[in-house]
Amino acid sequence: MSGSLDSRSTMKRYVYINDDLSKDLYCDNHISNRKYNVLNFLPKNLWEQFRRFMNIYFLLIACLELWSLITPVSPATTWGPLILIFAVSATKEAWDDYNRYLLDKQANEKEVWVVKQGVKKLIQAQDIHVGDIVWLHENDEVPCDLVLLGTSDIQGVCYVETAALDGETDLKTRVIPSACAGIASEMLHKIKGVIECPNPDNDIRRFDANLRLFPPFTDNDLCPLTINNTMLQSCYLRNTGWACGAAVYTGNETKLGMSRGVPEPKLTAVDAMIDKLTQAIFLFQIVVVVVLGTAGNVWKEIEARKQWYVLYPNEGPWYELLVIPLRFELLCSIMIPISLKVSLDIVKSLYANFIDWDQEMYDHETSTPSHATNTAISEDLGQVDYILTDKTGTLTENKMIFRRCCINGIFYGNESGDALKDPLLINAVATNSPDVILFLMVMAICNTVIPTKSKNGSIIYKAQSQDEDALVRAAAHLHLAFVNKSGNILEINLNGAVLLYEILETLEFTYERKRMSVVVKNCQTGKIILLSKGADEAILPLACSGQQIGAFVEAVEQYSQLGLRTLCLAWRELKEDEYQEWSSLFKEAKTTLVDRERRLAEVCQRLENNLEILGITAIEDRLQDGVPETIETLRKAGINFWMLTGDKQNTAMQIAVLCHFISPEPKGQLLLINGQTEDEVSSSLKKALLTMRITTSEPKDVAFVVDGWALEIVLNNYREAFTELAILSRTAICCRVTPSQKAQLVKLLKSLDYRILAIGDGGNDVKMIQQADIGVGISGREGLQAARAADYSIGKFRFLKRLILVHGRYSYNRTAFLSQYSFYKSLLICFIQIFFSFISGISGTSLFNSVSLMAYNVFYTSFPVLVSVLDKDLSERTVMQHPEIFSYCQAGRLLNPITFAGWFGRSLFHALVVFLITIHAYAYEKSEMEELSMVALSGCIWLQAFVVTMETNSFTVPQHLAIWGNLAAFYVINFIFSALPTSEMYMIMFQLCRQPSYWIAIFMTVAVGIGPVLALKYFRCTYRPTAIDILQQAEHMGRRILSLGNVNPHPRSLDEEVAPLAITQPKNCSPVYEPLLSDSPTATSRSICNNSI
Amino acid sequence: MSGNGTSRSGGAGSADSSAPRRNSNSKRPKYSRFTQQELPACKPILTPKWVISAFTVISIIFIPIGVAALLASRDVVEIIDQYETDCIPVVSRGNQDAEIEFIKSNASKTCHRKLTVTKHMKKPIYVYYQLDKFYQNHRRYVKSRNDAQLKSNDSWDDTSGCDPEATANGSPIVPCGLIAWSLFNDTYDFSVNNKQLNVNTHGISWKSDRDHKFGSDVFPKNFQKGTLIGGGSLDANKSLSEQENLIVWMRTAALPTFRKLYGKIEQDLYENMTVQVTLENNYNTYSFSGKKKLVLSTSGWLGGKNDFLGIAYLTVGGLCFFLAIVFTVVYLVKPRRLGDPSYLSWNRNPGGRLGT
Repeated sequence: MSGSLDSRSTMKRYVYINDDLSKDLYCDNHISNRKYNVLNFLPKNLWEQFRRFMNIYFLLIACLELWSLITPVSPATTWGPLILIFAVSATKEAWDDYNRYLLDKQANEKEVWVVKQGVKKLIQAQDIHVGDIVWLHENDEVPCDLVLLGTSDIQGVCYVETAALDGETDLKTRVIPSACAGIASEMLHKIKGVIECPNPDNDIRRFDANLRLFPPFTDNDLCPLTINNTMLQSCYLRNTGWACGAAVYTGNETKLGMSRGVPEPKLTAVDAMIDKLTQAIFLFQIVVVVVLGTAGNVWKEIEARKQWYVLYPNEGPWYELLVIPLRFELLCSIMIPISLKVSLDIVKSLYANFIDWDQEMYDHETSTPSHATNTAISEDLGQVDYILTDKTGTLTENKMIFRRCCINGIFYGNESGDALKDPLLINAVATNSPDVILFLMVMAICNTVIPTKSKNGSIIYKAQSQDEDALVRAAAHLHLAFVNKSGNILEINLNGAVLLYEILETLEFTYERKRMSVVVKNCQTGKIILLSKGADEAILPLACSGQQIGAFVEAVEQYSQLGLRTLCLAWRELKEDEYQEWSSLFKEAKTTLVDRERRLAEVCQRLENNLEILGITAIEDRLQDGVPETIETLRKAGINFWMLTGDKQNTAMQIAVLCHFISPEPKGQLLLINGQTEDEVSSSLKKALLTMRITTSEPKDVAFVVDGWALEIVLNNYREAFTELAILSRTAICCRVTPSQKAQLVKLLKSLDYRILAIGDGGNDVKMIQQADIGVGISGREGLQAARAADYSIGKFRFLKRLILVHGRYSYNRTAFLSQYSFYKSLLICFIQIFFSFISGISGTSLFNSVSLMAYNVFYTSFPVLVSVLDKDLSERTVMQHPEIFSYCQAGRLLNPITFAGWFGRSLFHALVVFLITIHAYAYEKSEMEELSMVALSGCIWLQAFVVTMETNSFTVPQHLAIWGNLAAFYVINFIFSALPTSEMYMIMFQLCRQPSYWIAIFMTVAVGIGPVLALKYFRCTYRPTAIDILQQAEHMGRRILSLGNVNPHPRSLDEEVAPLAITQPKNCSPVYEPLLSDSPTATSRSICNNSI
Repeated sequence: MSGNGTSRSGGAGSADSSAPRRNSNSKRPKYSRFTQQELPACKPILTPKWVISAFTVISIIFIPIGVAALLASRDVVEIIDQYETDCIPVVSRGNQDAEIEFIKSNASKTCHRKLTVTKHMKKPIYVYYQLDKFYQNHRRYVKSRNDAQLKSNDSWDDTSGCDPEATANGSPIVPCGLIAWSLFNDTYDFSVNNKQLNVNTHGISWKSDRDHKFGSDVFPKNFQKGTLIGGGSLDANKSLSEQENLIVWMRTAALPTFRKLYGKIEQDLYENMTVQVTLENNYNTYSFSGKKKLVLSTSGWLGGKNDFLGIAYLTVGGLCFFLAIVFTVVYLVKPRRLGDPSYLSWNRNPGGRLGT
């Protein structure tokens, strides 16, 4: 056992199979996804909630209010809403946690067969320990991570469904380790051994471990284990009678358990802006408190001492000077609306629901609705600057069709466009032309496809890669059918004859290697051959020295011009001893625990050389419906597109042209950044940059193209120049990039303070999706990995247009209004309190009573604005017709310090109006406190109803109900309070409503408060209209609006002189907008930076 | 306000194994006008016609109301007599210390005033006293009362919030607090031609206050017995609900200048009549140089004499009319097509090049 203790330090774990001694070293299989338990719920939840600055602030205020000397109102005004807010979010958390607990309980108490002391016993899943042998039957769920030891299949194969793990629905094959081959099932009960494996991690693609069985089972030999020898938690056993395995990771230490965890919450630009505004208001509040507090103390010394009836003591306590400032602090605390976060959370979840509900984003083909996984970032969709998109499966359908091929210099399928119908090729197969047969052989068996027979006898291929699927099908179509795979033996049907091959090794595909190979032995002749396929740049350099590869290069060129995906096929015959020698090296590499992937790649390289190139396949991957239109519309909307693909340059460029990504010559211009050496790359980068600077002033579509190799160099050595290029260029194509390079690019653009949306469909896009501000996954054929990691998942690329232009834009507009309005209403009532303090001896008296203050924020003012989430400034059609309007949200024109200043000014003005009219209309004999305060409050409520009305663009029934119903509810609530004899405002409202002067004063308030706003708005809409106003008017007129001319999206224009500045302060530069039209040209987060010249 | 604002379901591959089930239409979102954001909506915009007529209508409504309000205010007859300076001996006048000394002394404070009725005053004529610079709304003052104590005898010893006038000589004061303690105590007697004018001091407070806020079983106790005497004292044999001057006083005013009802004269006063007032000038406003005024006023449908609303309505109505005319003129002189797409920035600069 000492070994296992040492192992801790070397980051390894030793699992002793069927040995109770090791069981206490690791945790049992009790799964717990719970965040809380009964005891720690309250403290932990409160701690979480109090990590928010706002909550601490409100708690502090609430605590101060408990001090009756300083509180202007009853503490209930803050405690009530605060407790309500806390209770709501705590309840939500508790409910979620309880559901997680139920799910855990279900999983933990599930009964499974486990071998204990050589006997199979039924125990609860949570009692499984590391080293136990778990016995599973068909359709059982795997309870923990197992290393497969035996299956019902003689070949030691079993099938698992991994949908719950990675979302891929096809069955995967798992095999028992070679060491376990041939052990009878009853012997498995007694098997003993040790598994050496890494400490738990979350990589579900990798398991680099070794197995050593103890005698008498085997000769004490190390046997390598890979992910193919495992069954991971939450997978299902399918099509297999039974399977058993040794538990290696249990409980929360399984691969699934380790990959759980709450992702960092993303903060939207709007949220950040609201936080900034909140801080500004907070500062303003401090200033008000200090000024009024000082003034209050001065007034007290000078005046209040003379006011005998207030009986100020001559000697106050030590905190005397603090009392008045603190009172003002409490009086002003409502400046920061306590309900804002709750309102925002509510509307945000509604935005997300609108996305889920949208029928127009429902994919009929695959029956997938769109889904917002992250409910909190819809506004960011409205502020996207860059879209980074994957190509395959995202822009294209990922439905591969074998179209053409070039075998040994002969092009097939060039005339008809379909090689499968090319008589030449059919003929060649029929005559057993050796080149062609070998070519088809590679297509058929150099892959990881599993053929299964369906009930009607036809063969169904289960493939993880769409390319492989296309190739195998095409081969079968040409009468070289891959019919069966049993263990390592492949059965091929060639023109009716059966051929058998044994797979010796599979050299797997990785994104870095970009090729895969198999070593097979012909069962008839005993010859060992290596079959390879891969990207041309990964295969062609490995060609044997004598071969002419010119024809193949030409073929690749030609095919990629057509936008076809090419694969290069090659083979080599291996000598027996060469294979044996290599095989031992390979085995050793396979058993390494550290850096196995790199070691394996190195060893593979040793075998994959001197290849004889057989030919090139060309596979068509059609563009998805509506991709060009979507890209064109979004580019018009001012969004920049970058395409990041693993595909080769020509194919990528061809697709780019097809989907209007770049314009063909002469309008478009492509700048290539490539080269083999650092110097070449650097000079081409410099050249591109120079061209870019010059052409920014021309209406030309300039894009740069960079490949993975050059990108590596550029990112490492010429980051600054590349950054400048990135800012200048609206379009870029990055080809042959790895997943981590994709993520790096996202990071680079993000560091320039742009909002990045990354969209992709496959596992290689996950990193980029997680890194981006907004990750969108296409629930495509490559599984759901990307969709799961993403914030939004959609069925088709074309839905992106609607997601951004409709949902994103509306969300941004609505939140912009909601948040600013929330500040407006809070400031309004707060300013009235401040004005009132000037006529109450600056002593910090509250004009309004506690009930009114509490209800003001929670009831009177929250409903109308919440319903304003139904507001639509422009119809969806208009937005689609004029995507340029998107720039308003993109540049943050509706929520920024200037628009906020407008709302601030409005609240100040309205407060003045309400206050002055109230104190003058209710002067002298009417100046009773309760009455006067209700007049002022009514004035506020009326004004806010009209302000919401003014700011609403489209009225639906719920909005009318909320606005006017709210006004009616205000009176109802106050009548109720006025009917309670114990209330402070007993009878007040009844008396007021009988007085003509009350109504006259209210109408006066409304007219004076709204009149100037209306006049200004009218004047601005008519004589200084924004684009939104114009389109609203056009919509209203029912006029058909046609865009004039062929409108180009505004390219980034940057003058050379300003360019260096742009690098250091890229925030200030972005698509340029017409200053006349802007609401606030200087305040936009990305404003004009180059108009000066 | 959830922990993090996001509601992402627990990371990669958690319990929701929502692999897409092909060929099932159950996942299609249900159609409703709400979920598709297609609720029928009306989208008003500010057209010149609409705005000009809105302003015209406002002015048409507001000007008559303004005229009516102004007439109502002008119809109210009001006699105001400022007496705080005239009612102290000539020697003390102008010297604040002397004034304070006088008001605090035991000297006779009786003062005679003559008021001339300028216009026929119909009954009821309200008698108000008006105080200036008196902060009934001061934070220390406005809360210095105990409603429970005022309401019911059961809580007669509840004096919380009444400091510093909660107890005197060790026992609770009823009614406690600064407001009651500083009760206004000038008194007025009116006579016309040496004939006593009856001033009705019943029904001057709110009925709701008499019935529900001030208990009929609560009697003043220990009131004005402390070392400092504030304002007036109360009849210990009358319940609080009958002490209407206290009830009126305790309806605190929100403004530092306020009038409170003293009583009602239930008979007409005719033009050029002279009303003799005998007043007891007891209340100390001299410490803070506050004014004291006696006001006789009739009442119209808008209440007392207050030109503010009338003038404001006329002004607003006038301004709206003016704006309507300005907008019309501008509209006629410089017509502008609404919703002309050629105003759109991206249409004005074909080629998309802007602002250079």
